[in-house]
Amino acid sequence: MLANFMAWMDKRLPLTDAWNKHLAQYPAPKNFNFWYFFGSLAMLVLVNQILTGVWLTMSYEPSGDGAFASVEYIMRDVDYGWLLRYMHSTGASAFFIVVYLHMMRGLMYGSYQKPRELLWIFGMLIFLVLMAEAFMGYLLPWGNMSYWGAQVIISLFGAIPVIGDDLTLWIRGDYVISGATLNRFFALHVIAMPLVLVILVFLHILALHEVGSNNPEGTDVKKPKGSIKPEDQSKFKFHKQYTDKYDIVDAIPFHPYYSVKDIMGVAGFLILFCWVMFFAPEGGGYFMEAPNFEPANGLKTPEHIAPVWYFGPFYTILRVIPDKLLGAIGMFSAIIVLFLVPWFDRGVVKSVKFRSKLHLLNLIQFSVCFIVLGVLGTLPATPTANLIGTIATFGYFGFFVALWFYSKNEKCKPVPERVSH
Amino acid sequence: MSNVPVNNGRRRFLTAATAVVGGAGVVGVAVPFIGSWNPSARAKAAGAPVEVNVGKIEPGQLIRAEWRGKPVYVVRRTEETVNNLSKVDDQLRDPNSEKAQQPSYATNAYRSIKPEFLVALGVCTHLGCAPTHHNGDFDQFVEGVSQGFFCPCHGSKFDMAGRVFQGVPAPLNLMVPEHSFTSENTLLIGVGPDESKGEA
Amino acid sequence: MKNLIKALAFSLVTVVSMSALASSGGANLDHANNDLTDKESLKNGFKTYINYCLGCHQLQYQRYNRTFKDLGIEEADGVANYMYTGEKSGDHITNTMPKKEAASWFGTAPPDLTLEARLRSPDWIYTYLRSFYMDDKRPFGVNNKVFKDVGMPHVLQDLQGVSSIDEHGNISPAMGGSLTAEEYDIVVRDLTNFLEYVGEPSKLDREAMGVKVLIFLFVFFIISYFLKKEYWKDVH
Repeated sequence: MLANFMAWMDKRLPLTDAWNKHLAQYPAPKNFNFWYFFGSLAMLVLVNQILTGVWLTMSYEPSGDGAFASVEYIMRDVDYGWLLRYMHSTGASAFFIVVYLHMMRGLMYGSYQKPRELLWIFGMLIFLVLMAEAFMGYLLPWGNMSYWGAQVIISLFGAIPVIGDDLTLWIRGDYVISGATLNRFFALHVIAMPLVLVILVFLHILALHEVGSNNPEGTDVKKPKGSIKPEDQSKFKFHKQYTDKYDIVDAIPFHPYYSVKDIMGVAGFLILFCWVMFFAPEGGGYFMEAPNFEPANGLKTPEHIAPVWYFGPFYTILRVIPDKLLGAIGMFSAIIVLFLVPWFDRGVVKSVKFRSKLHLLNLIQFSVCFIVLGVLGTLPATPTANLIGTIATFGYFGFFVALWFYSKNEKCKPVPERVSH
Repeated sequence: MSNVPVNNGRRRFLTAATAVVGGAGVVGVAVPFIGSWNPSARAKAAGAPVEVNVGKIEPGQLIRAEWRGKPVYVVRRTEETVNNLSKVDDQLRDPNSEKAQQPSYATNAYRSIKPEFLVALGVCTHLGCAPTHHNGDFDQFVEGVSQGFFCPCHGSKFDMAGRVFQGVPAPLNLMVPEHSFTSENTLLIGVGPDESKGEA
Repeated sequence: MKNLIKALAFSLVTVVSMSALASSGGANLDHANNDLTDKESLKNGFKTYINYCLGCHQLQYQRYNRTFKDLGIEEADGVANYMYTGEKSGDHITNTMPKKEAASWFGTAPPDLTLEARLRSPDWIYTYLRSFYMDDKRPFGVNNKVFKDVGMPHVLQDLQGVSSIDEHGNISPAMGGSLTAEEYDIVVRDLTNFLEYVGEPSKLDREAMGVKVLIFLFVFFIISYFLKKEYWKDVH
């Protein structure tokens, strides 16, 4: 009976074909390691944010007068409201942890290199929209840190010459951050940005499947047609979309092998996620910041204004540059250079496993600088902190500069034809 | 590639186990989403029972209370009014309160716990207007009947037990809410006599 | 991978040492050692709050009936002994202090305290209430070591008595209160315990649910691990 139903559907919508092309007969390299969990985990967190977000919207009041009280209404009066709220707030921080690790994987294995440049661009666009989404979402509880964090970041736009002040007035919709700002951020956070995010994720995966996944060795699992002897070919059946063009080796169908592995990954991730959510939802004051437990007050500045931890690295870069406009340019440049990684890297060897020691060291120093910049973003701007931050900023941008130089004639190890175990 | 033959039984078992446990997990996750739709503490507080002091109501007088956003009419009926109730039975749609417009303890001749007090929602069962109480001049609407309720919107008429007359647009008797007396003069609207026994 | 771990370890060291370096060092706070399962303590704290604090400080997000239920107070007992202003038990815990006038009396309107324990921490509240000392330069004759030039009078003075401060910033033991120092500490601790509860009434539920969820997830993880291993025999 199910077979008849599917036959009826398939004549009208290519369901079975899509299932095969993207899951049951999609060739995925067989050597995915721990770093390859974070893509599916990012999708899980996205679904979490959307579901809990919609449910919160059912009780949240998007007005300057009612927002803060409505959050406490959710926490106290709505059955399980506290749980939905914590799922959403923990999810926001989890999203960035997962996404940063996901991006790190891309850097380590050269997953941005040809022909995956567009895949990387879509990913960076997702990251950009995610930051906007998180920034706008954080204003919604209308706590004192919500207010002042937004105040500081929006006033950055005032640094733009000529149009700066008018621009900030236009963004805020008022002379100070107010209910007008809150309402528009609400609309963007609940409807516009999620829609854009979902579309970008769809395109991201479509672009991935077009060129196929990279793997920790950076080798191609899709070989030119006819180059592999029949007895060496993969024993699995893959969709003709792929087998028409390639001989496929060292790959396994995504379903059931990676669906089953990702389920396990989800379980492991949820253990960590739920441990935080149920036992330390404030995240030591980093996931839910203490000043936000009092309502927004334009006359009372928190002792120490900082954006939420996941913006830390970019905020530090902004702060260590003494000029307001140059600082803002520096901060945005830090994101733009990430977009341009496929072009900064002029090499052809993808994975750090076969690249020079210099590249490994460069990747390590970049990660260390990124973490240091992030930590500094949560600390007050003392002279020592600024000094360390300046050094780390050089290290951050230095990654791209150095990469451009050494990647052209890099001494790499020979890349094997087949995936080694 | 593996050379060991596939143990299908084991696969089926493990898949089933994962699916069952996973399914239980999905149900567990659904609980807060579905549960959050229950009336919140705010809704329950707003819909909480309302106490009314009926000791000072004059015989024949009507006072209005509010419960769950709706007006509640409390009328102190005289003995004569109560005794005259059966006289209009043949002019009513549902004289014996067969339709479920009142709790079981109010399914009697006077549609209340104490014959002296009528407790009914002041909401016409036609389209929801508030009927006006006529104490002495109701015979302009129904010949020979001096007291009753007349709805100004479309002319529906109800007797002093809130029962609807025939020949009017309203189909049902006025609704009697759950209510009880927690003391001689204290009416509690929203809680029936069995539940309120546990109250102060 | 090994090198990445080394790098992360190095950054952890950097982070820890930087935190020590950059730390602004708040006042040394005493530990409240709250026990949210101690309902007697919570009831005492609730009583103290109603008697001494509610006149000025609201708990506008907390309802009476929720408090009764969580603390094990019978509805009738609660209405009779904890509610003095005649509202219904489903109402929020508010007062009638006029905000504008209060601002002129105290310098600033006394803040709502529902979330105070999450804003400042229970230890802060515990230490604050035990850190008042005499200071005739202040409008109410007292100052506070934890909150300099605070606008609040020492409402619990009749319980604690008065202290003075020496040139090193040490506060002398309080004299003249109706309670001993240990008794006063318990009153303050119960009040702090109550405020921590009010800050997040669902905390105990949250932790209890967390235990069950984590046990479930461990079981699920183990089952899914075996499922993965079984299917991946095909691959290896």
